[in-house]
Amino acid sequence: MNYEAVIGLEIHAQLLTETKIFCGCSTRFGSEPNTQTCPVCIGMPGVLPVLNRRVVEFAIKTGLAMNCRISSYSRFARKNYFYPDLPKGYQISQYELPICEKGYIDITVDGTTRRVGITRIHMEEDAGKNIHEKDCSLVDLNRAGVPLLEIVTEPDIRSPQEASAFMKKLRAILRYLRVCDGNMEQGSLRCDANVSIRPEGSDELGTKTEIKNINSFRFVEKALDYEIKRQIRVIRDGGEIVQETRLWNSETGKTESMRSKEEAHDYRYFPEPDLVPLEIKREMVEEIKAALPELPDEKKARFVRDYKLPEYDAEILTEERSIAEWFEEAVRLGARPKEVSNWMLTEIMRYLNETGKEIEEIDLRPPQLVELLELIKGGTISRNIAKTILPEMISTGRPAEEIVREKGLVQISDTSELEALVDEILSKNQKEAQRYREGETKLLGFFVGQVMKATKGKANPKIVNEILRKKLS
Amino acid sequence: MELYNSGIIEALDLMDSGEVSPEELLDAVFQRINSVEDKVKAFVTVTKDRAYEMLDEAKGERGALRCIPLAIKDNICIRGIPTTCSSRILKNFIPPYESTVTKRLKEEGYLLVGKTNLDEFAMGSSTENSGFHTTRNPWATDRVPGGSSGGSTAAVAAGECLAALGSDTGGSIRQPAAFCGVVGLKPTYGRVSRFGLVAFASSLDQIGPITKNVADAALLLGIISGHDPSDSTSAPLHVKDYTALLSEGIRDIKVGIPKEYFIEGLDPEVESAVKDSIRHLGSLGCSVKEISLPHTGYAVATYYILATSEASSNLARYDGVKYGFRAESKDLLEMYRETRAQGFGAEVKRRIMLGTYALSAGYYEAFYRKAQQVRTLIKEDFDNAFREVDIIITPTTPTTAFRIGEKISDPLQMYLNDIFTISVNLAGLPAISIPCGFDSKGLPIGLQLIGRAFDEESILKVAHQYEQSTEWYKRRPPL
Repeated sequence: MNYEAVIGLEIHAQLLTETKIFCGCSTRFGSEPNTQTCPVCIGMPGVLPVLNRRVVEFAIKTGLAMNCRISSYSRFARKNYFYPDLPKGYQISQYELPICEKGYIDITVDGTTRRVGITRIHMEEDAGKNIHEKDCSLVDLNRAGVPLLEIVTEPDIRSPQEASAFMKKLRAILRYLRVCDGNMEQGSLRCDANVSIRPEGSDELGTKTEIKNINSFRFVEKALDYEIKRQIRVIRDGGEIVQETRLWNSETGKTESMRSKEEAHDYRYFPEPDLVPLEIKREMVEEIKAALPELPDEKKARFVRDYKLPEYDAEILTEERSIAEWFEEAVRLGARPKEVSNWMLTEIMRYLNETGKEIEEIDLRPPQLVELLELIKGGTISRNIAKTILPEMISTGRPAEEIVREKGLVQISDTSELEALVDEILSKNQKEAQRYREGETKLLGFFVGQVMKATKGKANPKIVNEILRKKLS
Repeated sequence: MELYNSGIIEALDLMDSGEVSPEELLDAVFQRINSVEDKVKAFVTVTKDRAYEMLDEAKGERGALRCIPLAIKDNICIRGIPTTCSSRILKNFIPPYESTVTKRLKEEGYLLVGKTNLDEFAMGSSTENSGFHTTRNPWATDRVPGGSSGGSTAAVAAGECLAALGSDTGGSIRQPAAFCGVVGLKPTYGRVSRFGLVAFASSLDQIGPITKNVADAALLLGIISGHDPSDSTSAPLHVKDYTALLSEGIRDIKVGIPKEYFIEGLDPEVESAVKDSIRHLGSLGCSVKEISLPHTGYAVATYYILATSEASSNLARYDGVKYGFRAESKDLLEMYRETRAQGFGAEVKRRIMLGTYALSAGYYEAFYRKAQQVRTLIKEDFDNAFREVDIIITPTTPTTAFRIGEKISDPLQMYLNDIFTISVNLAGLPAISIPCGFDSKGLPIGLQLIGRAFDEESILKVAHQYEQSTEWYKRRPPL
């Protein structure tokens, strides 16, 4: 029997607000432990939470971008459990009435587009961090109260590849909206997965397990792949799936049992009495909607339509808002879209991947790329020379012309100079010239190579080709 | 009259006329504390040094409470002064922040005399649940002062301060005010900021004044009321000058008497005093009619589900991790268990368990949600009644002050003490308790006046005019 997987995801996205969700403390990452705290976020007696308006705006933005209904009336709830990094003994979250419901995100895997439902999006506060030392445990509450969005999907995902594509799309949207930096390794984007399997074609749901600690994009596919295979193995061996929470261990590449259903917490949710219900006015939603940026899907469609780019190019260029904007600026300055795309998808992306930098962090700006393309177009340098100097332009930000001049890389297009050089090469390689004339035309490349070698790549390849053909015919 | 027996407005007059200096007033209060505190035990912490420091700062200032010595219930945070909630678990806790109410009092120049005793975390009706000691009723020191603000009401009655602040979750200002023969006002939920009030049940808690007369209560209410950006549940509404409104006519005021409040278990002497008061109000020009609050019988049960549910969550933060008491232990689980086992008293534990149960999976619908629905019905009872009448009058308590130890072993009997005050918290309404007589044992009897939401003005002016036409408020305990 063949099995199919049923997967739903629960994502936590840390919001890029300046201050925490219920107090004025900074959300900055990486400060000395317990330096970004106040009586409110460390849960002292008698203090009260006050909701950060920006968090509500970010939640609405995200909900709209994910096609959700924005609730006009929503409220906070307390999720009760004891843990040292949870200073109040409860987390302020949302339960019965979340701010966003019933949305979706479309994903494309192997050319097929599928719609993944978003059940709900809600606002909540993050917990602190426990630090375990040899003979004691310490608590750092800098992160306590940092705003989070919890995004819950319907069990609409059918494969690890789809899950991965969903996470990439979700991350792209969050980054487009500038509400979350989407860094899974640093924990600002976290993903838990509910996984079950069932016989292909069945409508019933099998017993699910929850996978936690998937702490990198690379592991979304790996962890789910492992868990699905594990579940199939259990069923094929005549066993049963136990409803439980499992932890992904990236070192062993396996999921490991963490706690069973019986050990699961009873969170005793109830409405948070310290905060009044949140009433969201239609005008506020409309205002936020009007200010939404163009999102990855729309942008991609527009790039294909307006710039006649292949789907593949458009897909990659629109994954990041900043890259798409960089591209469009270069095109606006007069460069040919496909030409810009080619350079960005190869040399520039390679540099970004290798250095881990964002495009706005490099010194190369669109006008400089356009200038380089002009030099090629005008015949001042060859495409190959351009490739060799681009890395320097990227890392130093120096203009192309300056580098070309300094290194003497101006293309040789002078016909008489090149003719003399070709004559010299042909006389040195008479045997090969003879073979060419006898029909071995692929030797043309050999002669071009010789000319390039002699000119250190500066010869205008078009002119060299013409002269060679003429002299060898 | 002894200086320590004066109220706020009297004392302000004496100081303004130069008859008495602020030092003399403060000295008189501390002399009184010296001579009676052993018998009354109203305070957890007496802050004499702080009071004289504040005197130096306040002298010559023109605030509305210039140099007036007040006591504050010990569940209200004052920067740099221990705030214990009369619990071992917070015995050494000193807040690095100031409650909004005391900040506002300070701006008007008050002097902090001390922090008063309460039932641990405001859970109780007698102060017998204090983790430290039981406060005595100044009228009969073998009797309870009521609770949970029993320390504040006893201190006011005994002349150990001119007035005090308390907090009221199910009657914790009004019931002890009735037992101690003083005025206690629970404002509308949202009228006064809760920032800095250590939470018992967040949707019910409200801070209010405890005073020797109604005019002082009006004065304090005006100072502590009003929107506070630090408390999202505080109402962004204009605060009237209550003092100026006290003498407005009450002839057009319609008074409702709920028949459900005159029931079996109501002490005949209390009933008779309350009925006399109602007749007296009639003679002052109010019209009186019987009304019905049909869901009154469910109030106590509803309250003990909602209040304990919220409390079970509010008290989760006392875990030994960050501040307060921490028990010696070998691991985390033991630290939690021992800290809370040793740090909390029996009543607090009972309520944490009740509330945890009511919120648990499988019980939430039957208990918490049902109680919320009944809460709405109780509120609607009042909405309906207030279509016919302007204020509602009831006894504050079914009996006068009981003996220390009399009810401590029977929680249900203790809970029934709040039978007349609890509905008001569930409905979020303002209510005041004022002295309206004494029983044959010489113990004070309290009259409760309940108003519409955010209409403190009506109950204050009726209470004031009733008070001023009687002698009850002038009596002082024979300490």
